[in-house]
Amino acid sequence: MSYLPKPKLHHPKLPTNAIGLTRRDYEGAISTLCAGCGHDSISAAIIQACFNLSLPPHRIAKMSGIGCSSKTPTYFLGAAHGFNSVHGRMPSVLTGAYLANRDLIYLGVSGDGDSASIGFGQFAHSIRRGVNMTYIVENNGVYGLTKGQFSATSDLGSVAKKGTVNTDQPIDLAAIAVQLGATFVARSFSGDKEQLVPLIEAALLHEGAAFLDVLSPCVAFNNHAGSTKSYDYVREHNDALNKLDVMLKRDEITVSYAPGEVTEVTQHDGSLLRLRKLHAGHDPTNRASAMHHILERKAAGEIVTGLIYVEPNPSALHEHLGTVPTPLNALGDAVLCPGIEALERINASLR
Amino acid sequence: MPQPIVATNDFVVKFANVNGSGSASANGLFAKSVLRMGVPIASRNIFPSNIQGLPTWFEVRICEAGHMGRRGGVDMMVAMNPQTWDRDVAEIEPGGYLFYDSTRPMPRSRFRDDITIIGVPLTEITNAAYSDPRQRQLFKNIVYLGALSALLDMDVEAVKGAIAAQFKGKEKLIPANFAALEMGRGWAKENLACPIGLTLKRADAVGDRIFVDGNQAAALGAVYGGATVCAWYPITPSTSLAEAFEKYCNRLRKDPETGAKRFAIVQAEDELASIGMVVGAAWNGARSFTATSGPGISLMQEFLGLAYFAEIPSVVFDVQRAGPSTGMPTRTQQSDLLSAAYASHGDTKHILLLPEDPAECFAFGADAFDLADRLQTPVFVMLDLDIGMNDWLCEPFAWDPNRKMDRGKVLDAAGLDAAASFGRYLDVDGDGIPYRTWPGTHPEKGAFFTRGTSRDRYARYTEEGAPYVDNMQRLLRKFDTAKSIVPHPVAIPAKEKARDGVIFFGSSSAAMREALVALEAQGIHLDALRIRAFPFHQDVAAFVAAHERVFVVEQNRDAQLRTLLVNEEEIDPAKLIPVLHYDGTPITARFIQAAIAERASAANILPFRKATP
Repeated sequence: MSYLPKPKLHHPKLPTNAIGLTRRDYEGAISTLCAGCGHDSISAAIIQACFNLSLPPHRIAKMSGIGCSSKTPTYFLGAAHGFNSVHGRMPSVLTGAYLANRDLIYLGVSGDGDSASIGFGQFAHSIRRGVNMTYIVENNGVYGLTKGQFSATSDLGSVAKKGTVNTDQPIDLAAIAVQLGATFVARSFSGDKEQLVPLIEAALLHEGAAFLDVLSPCVAFNNHAGSTKSYDYVREHNDALNKLDVMLKRDEITVSYAPGEVTEVTQHDGSLLRLRKLHAGHDPTNRASAMHHILERKAAGEIVTGLIYVEPNPSALHEHLGTVPTPLNALGDAVLCPGIEALERINASLR
Repeated sequence: MPQPIVATNDFVVKFANVNGSGSASANGLFAKSVLRMGVPIASRNIFPSNIQGLPTWFEVRICEAGHMGRRGGVDMMVAMNPQTWDRDVAEIEPGGYLFYDSTRPMPRSRFRDDITIIGVPLTEITNAAYSDPRQRQLFKNIVYLGALSALLDMDVEAVKGAIAAQFKGKEKLIPANFAALEMGRGWAKENLACPIGLTLKRADAVGDRIFVDGNQAAALGAVYGGATVCAWYPITPSTSLAEAFEKYCNRLRKDPETGAKRFAIVQAEDELASIGMVVGAAWNGARSFTATSGPGISLMQEFLGLAYFAEIPSVVFDVQRAGPSTGMPTRTQQSDLLSAAYASHGDTKHILLLPEDPAECFAFGADAFDLADRLQTPVFVMLDLDIGMNDWLCEPFAWDPNRKMDRGKVLDAAGLDAAASFGRYLDVDGDGIPYRTWPGTHPEKGAFFTRGTSRDRYARYTEEGAPYVDNMQRLLRKFDTAKSIVPHPVAIPAKEKARDGVIFFGSSSAAMREALVALEAQGIHLDALRIRAFPFHQDVAAFVAAHERVFVVEQNRDAQLRTLLVNEEEIDPAKLIPVLHYDGTPITARFIQAAIAERASAANILPFRKATP
């Protein structure tokens, strides 16, 4: 929307985080998406979450596929490397990057076309492998860059801007992620920053496959009456499961709740997820009952949001593979090349 | 009846078996036994895309002169498969030998009069000796090996040595196998005229050469080349390459104290994910590769274009098989040259390495990673089923102990601090190769956005024409730089001055060398050039220019190497005469010799002249 370069200067009294950076240090280039696009709110939430967690921006790798959502990594974390790959294939590129260097934080950004249609297979397999990543789908139910075709997350009966009625069943990526073995699954809404920022923080701290389905209205092609992904519709049907507070190891915990009111989950890195319960029947630490609950609420016409499922002690692909703690891209000749004597022994065994 | 063939250390034995019957290990023992006698062999498996019950063949060419190509023709058929009996019997050269299981009588009409029939009641012998059906089947193979050792006058110690080596670690099984061997050997000596006209004699022609398949060799090359990430999807004939990488890594690449792996292997959900992981890992600074075959190359096209355009070092081992489509999945061809060289939409060109045997598969398997890092682009190592899945007798693997990985132009944090500026796609050195940084290197400098969309020299998105053209031209300069650093062609000059030349590559090399000797004996002298890489080194165009006509020998229908020569070197197509073999079997010296001799002699009668318009 704007081609003006962002001014580099900022107010000297901007608050800084634990590593001395301001929120501005987590920004990227100015967005070229439509004014009011839900994706821009998600970018802002990512910026806020990374700032709150005091993550060094250059230790984050931003991975995406193709589409409006996949363009957004340009608009946050300008000091981080980004990779805008091919349509639907972000998960495999992210998996490869993670194999090469287990020490970086991997943030995958995708859309509903990218993940639920062309890349459905890669979405599924990256999750079932337990890649240590935060996988965000910016879900607007529509193909924006090609001007308004239905996507695979469009609800049955949803009406397109041009009037067509969707007759296909929708894919619920969050439900599928739970089924696939994701160790962190959440759903949120781009219009609810208070809910979204802590969910992103918790996902970034989670040491396993963390999946976030974020409803993100497309103001240009899917924000009209008859759409089930419009601002109005999502606001009306949004039903939060819980309210999440993320407390880092260093934070002092002051507020206390009566038993039964909260679920507390300590993640592997020491962070505490405190969930204030809003649904009596939902247990976010039980995969089967969490699955049951979201299917039940969906049948009742609700869009459940919040932290759906979390495994407090996840394991990730590198542990499954048994790789060395040193990133593979940091290994040198001395440990990679077996040398001439080993080769002579192999030659001898082949005679 | 013609005279029975008499030959020592120079004949072809073919075993016709049923797959899943355990014959492969007995046939391998035969091959290893001959090698242990110091006599070179070239062996080839001919097998179906099936696990149990269909016909398979194992062909062993015994050749003291050292020709490693397939010869063509069969001097002795070991016919163990009733299903293929008629065609197996028909394939024997006149004067040749048929070895079969004579337990059940066969009608006379199923034999031929012009061959020697050798019946051994294998089933009867093994049924008498063993009661367990599995043992009967497995030991039948060793019994026929014993009978053959007597018929061919093999050194029994060499055979026993091969058995002992095969069962290393399972020594308990050795005596039983020795007993089965003696059973067959004793029966043959007692009941048949041993030896027959085909005999083996100890020689000293193997030297320090090794016997190995190209897939294992290439995988070991990847280990030595420093590959740490392998993402792959099972497909014949490349599967054993990824599996061999895992085998060698487990042996050579684990932390000796903790057992932790200094490698990561992922069996992906498909070829798209395989190459995606390779690209992601390479972008992030790990040496990574995939192994696949033609259908996989088709599926990887989009990512290969991204890797070319975004300049990400990626290594692809393509073990070619007969296409198009599913084609003949267990038969060999060199038919992926074009789909690899120009993989993906838009203007792309890729580096191809063309190894001739497992020794070169090892060398190129390691070199590919240096070249990919140096050139920041995909590099294909083009094996084929013949090299990849057959054991070849070749030079031992060689390695310079002082060699270090060439990681190419990568700036670390200190490099970024020292550099005046950083532009990911800036041609600082004039060779078309820019500098890159790995993610996570520096808190403030060197970050950039990698994309498949067009961008300027500083990696900023643009759809302007001028920066796009600037970038595409730089990619061409980079391709020019590649010409001098990829493996150079190897010339084999004719003994006498030659007007014509021949170009060949890959697994055709062994048959080509043998054909050159035979053609020379016929008075046809040809200078030969073995191409080892694409883009072509300048010597290739010079070679074509120096000859009136150049035969181009390849194993595909459409003369794909010739197409690349015409297209990239602007050679007059009339000068390049295709010699094409593409029925899925490995090319033979006999085929090349006949194809070239026919055209060469025709040219001798009618001097080649351009028609005047």
